[in-house]
Amino acid sequence: MTNDGHGGEGGGTALLDVRDLTVEFRTRDGVAHAVNGVSYRVAPGETLAVLGESGSGKSVTAQAVMGILDSPPGRVTGGQVLFHGRDLLTLRREERRRIRGAKMAMIFQDALSALNPVLSVGAQLAEMFRVHEGTSRKEARGRAVELMERVGIPAARARVDDYPHQFSGGMRQRIMIAMALALGPDLIIADEPTTALDVTVQAQVMDLLAELQRELTMGLILITHDLGVVADVADTIAVMYAGRIVETAPVHALYRAPAHPYTRGLLESIPRLDHKGRRLHAIKGLPPSLTAIPPGCPFHPRCPLAQDICRTDPPPLYEAGPGRASACHFWKETLDGAR
Amino acid sequence: MAPGEPLLEVRDLVKHFPLTQGVLFRKQIGAVKAVDGVSFDLRKGETLGVVGESGCGKSTLARLLVGLERPTSGRIHYRGEDITALSGRALTSVRRNIQMVFQDPYTSLNPRMTVGDIIGEPYEIHPEVAPRTDRRRRVQELLEVVGLNPEFINRYPHQFSGGQRQRIGIARGLALRPEIIVADEPVSALDVSVQAQVVNLLEQLQDEFDLSYVFIAHDLSVVRHISDRIAVMYLGRIAETGTDEQIYDHPTHPYTQALLSAVPVPDPEARAHRDRILLSGDVPSPADPPSGCPFRTRCWKARPLCAEVVPPLDVPPEFRESTGPAHHASACHFAEERHVVPSE
Amino acid sequence: MPDPYVPKEAIGHGDGGTAALAIGEAESLERRPSAAPPSAGPPGAPVGKPRSLWSDAWHDLRRNPVFVLSALVIVFLVVIAIWPQLIATGNPYRADLAKAQQGSQPGHPFGFDTQGRDVYTRVVYGARASITVGVCATAGAALLGSLLGGLAGFFGGWGDTLLSRLADIFFGIPVILGGLVFLSVVTSTTVWPVVGFIVLLGWPQVSRIARGSVVTAKQNDYVQAARALGAGNGRLLLRHIAPNAVAPVIVVATIALGTYIALEATLSYLGAGLKPPTVSWGIDISTASAYIRSAPHMLLWPAGALSITVLAFIMLGDAVRDALDPKLR
Repeated sequence: MTNDGHGGEGGGTALLDVRDLTVEFRTRDGVAHAVNGVSYRVAPGETLAVLGESGSGKSVTAQAVMGILDSPPGRVTGGQVLFHGRDLLTLRREERRRIRGAKMAMIFQDALSALNPVLSVGAQLAEMFRVHEGTSRKEARGRAVELMERVGIPAARARVDDYPHQFSGGMRQRIMIAMALALGPDLIIADEPTTALDVTVQAQVMDLLAELQRELTMGLILITHDLGVVADVADTIAVMYAGRIVETAPVHALYRAPAHPYTRGLLESIPRLDHKGRRLHAIKGLPPSLTAIPPGCPFHPRCPLAQDICRTDPPPLYEAGPGRASACHFWKETLDGAR
Repeated sequence: MAPGEPLLEVRDLVKHFPLTQGVLFRKQIGAVKAVDGVSFDLRKGETLGVVGESGCGKSTLARLLVGLERPTSGRIHYRGEDITALSGRALTSVRRNIQMVFQDPYTSLNPRMTVGDIIGEPYEIHPEVAPRTDRRRRVQELLEVVGLNPEFINRYPHQFSGGQRQRIGIARGLALRPEIIVADEPVSALDVSVQAQVVNLLEQLQDEFDLSYVFIAHDLSVVRHISDRIAVMYLGRIAETGTDEQIYDHPTHPYTQALLSAVPVPDPEARAHRDRILLSGDVPSPADPPSGCPFRTRCWKARPLCAEVVPPLDVPPEFRESTGPAHHASACHFAEERHVVPSE
Repeated sequence: MPDPYVPKEAIGHGDGGTAALAIGEAESLERRPSAAPPSAGPPGAPVGKPRSLWSDAWHDLRRNPVFVLSALVIVFLVVIAIWPQLIATGNPYRADLAKAQQGSQPGHPFGFDTQGRDVYTRVVYGARASITVGVCATAGAALLGSLLGGLAGFFGGWGDTLLSRLADIFFGIPVILGGLVFLSVVTSTTVWPVVGFIVLLGWPQVSRIARGSVVTAKQNDYVQAARALGAGNGRLLLRHIAPNAVAPVIVVATIALGTYIALEATLSYLGAGLKPPTVSWGIDISTASAYIRSAPHMLLWPAGALSITVLAFIMLGDAVRDALDPKLR
């Protein structure tokens, strides 16, 4: 169970250092093991993409880091979340709340339900300053307008009193970004920030996010299922499957030659834009139920390379090159076999 | 794919939803122009991909094709017969041949019915297709065809995963042996690794049953993969249409170019040398579309002419003489070729 | 929407879905190598069985002590409403003025009322009137309300508007005042005028619920799918909409049953409901209330029976709602 996720990295200054995080959900069908010993780290100015399908534990991990896990039924049962070197899991509720929003902020997929429908967007932005920094009403409003301009909302001054439903999907996502940025956080967690948006708007929002991150040297954790979005913006990728990280790698290395069969399967299963291609290489089967994760390597029932050892021994995170790791007994074969 | 005679001919299809005001005495204050003059042909065994962003009218188009909505005007000819004029029994029997696969596998199956009842329902509605005694066997066959265990016949939808439910929805669509399947975003609700399975299944079924597909999606890569021809929709109209090569490698309409350039490509190396066109703003409301060319408010090439004259969907004059792939219908006054998809 | 939010999926709404995939995978066409270990299969037997939402609900209900308790009480009440002789051998009408207002004594555990009738026997026989009124009024209101509300919700248009306004009008009638006015002109001593009055006042509540849930169910893709197959309105309503819209109606009807029984007792107490010689808790409470200081037992027993009955139905309704509404799970 001891997957050491930062074997390859030196002791560089990590902004966020998640160690061996474990989260469970109690359900009617038993205990769902949503996150099983996940470790990752994010440096200032770095973009870490957490890639996975639904049920992979990518969002649950982020919620545990933010401290917004629904509990019950969810429960953090182990691990550490070091933020600026302090373990957030040991902090008191009040201290955590102060960090949340001010030092680390989150952007959700569905901006319409994440914003309060009965308050104008200006009021919601201004409230951040008033609550966290005790700014005067007038000044807070001014800063709200500034922030809206910063995230590219046209005619911000005129629209500051509009309600969330009066904005388009892309504009609402910009407002979410503005709210996340309001207090100058060091870390932003974006959970599928562009999934609900149209392609042309998606590109705008992703560009904005990347630009702001560069400018403010924030750490960014981008949670997504979209291999395309990841390729465009991420520095490092962590691929999750059944509550575990199965591969971490710098983005170029991962796309050039994946070191885990699941990653390879994902890359081969998506159709390409630049040529029509033949039949897709689908990964057979389905992700496992989190209440009954297969023993050994959780991917073995779907894996073309699976051997007896995969059915019994859970693979540790092997170091598979500079800055990369793979939780596959046959990472070398996978790496050599790719492309 | 051997293109035969057109199975479906759609001409100037229009669907406006009236916007009304008042409780007891409703008066019309406007209309949402969801589909605003769409024409295309669909041949036997062919896949027509329809792409566009939300609000472009692609879902309404699907509902018109399967008869869930009545068009405001325009015609849909199925094997030469105008089905928009049909009603009652005649319509029901034509409908047998045009079936639909829905987007959301969680809401498109009745949770109170068993899988057997769901897939067998088409036979109850059209009892002439299969004798009662034969239905159970047929349902089990269909389950097998879509890759599910025939013993699952007594299970309920909530006992299946999203991908499996979508297979059930496909089996239901196949039950009446239709010639045309209209698939509205059939894989967009599924996980990446499951999407490929369902796309492969759809292709395999097409070969097996000689089906024609109208495949509606917002994912341009999936559409290219599965389609023979593609229609790009914007605000209720087709902006550009042609073969996959013509649309993806030689687009001439600025909207198609912008759309293609915005697709994130799973290849970080392509990031650097890609021609990105960032459009400003959002899609205008279909209740109040711009005059002239619907795309002109976001187009970097717009000139006064675009606000006055609606560009016809035709091969643009500059490419009429050309024999190359740029020779395809594009509704732009100032069409020009631009490569936006990096090719290997 | 792709990737709908992990935790929900992970905890799976409490449906067997996530657990069931393991089997589906094992047996789908893309078969695994046969050497796959058994542990990758289903974690337990129940996921393999066909489980409808109704049987899921029933499964939940059986384990809910509130349901079991209230259901037992209700079954008992229904049995004695039909065969009161089973537990009360006396005659509810036999009066022995010599024993008027006397308390508990051997053979007469609840004592006697002002006319010297056995309170125990009368409480037992009183169940019949209450249960009859409750069940009939609920059945009437539920049928009328769900029929009108369901049709209005399905077809919409001016009929819907008309029905909604009509329901508003009935909502506006003050229950007690309306009962006093309408029922005081009736001379029948049967339960039917009371039942009719409650149905008349009760259906709008049911029709609102039914209309709302039909409108919601109507928008589901499976209804569109059936329509695309060429299904007619009858099939859409009966096969697709009604089974998915009926749960809230059942819940509201179960809870209403309790309140209707209380309403009958209230009207009878005020002299506008059931009339003697019908044996009714409400009438007995009314008579006894004049003697509450001197002979409280005459009041307490029928009042206690009434409270337990009303409570049992309301608790049953709550339990049924918990079981049928997956959102509360």
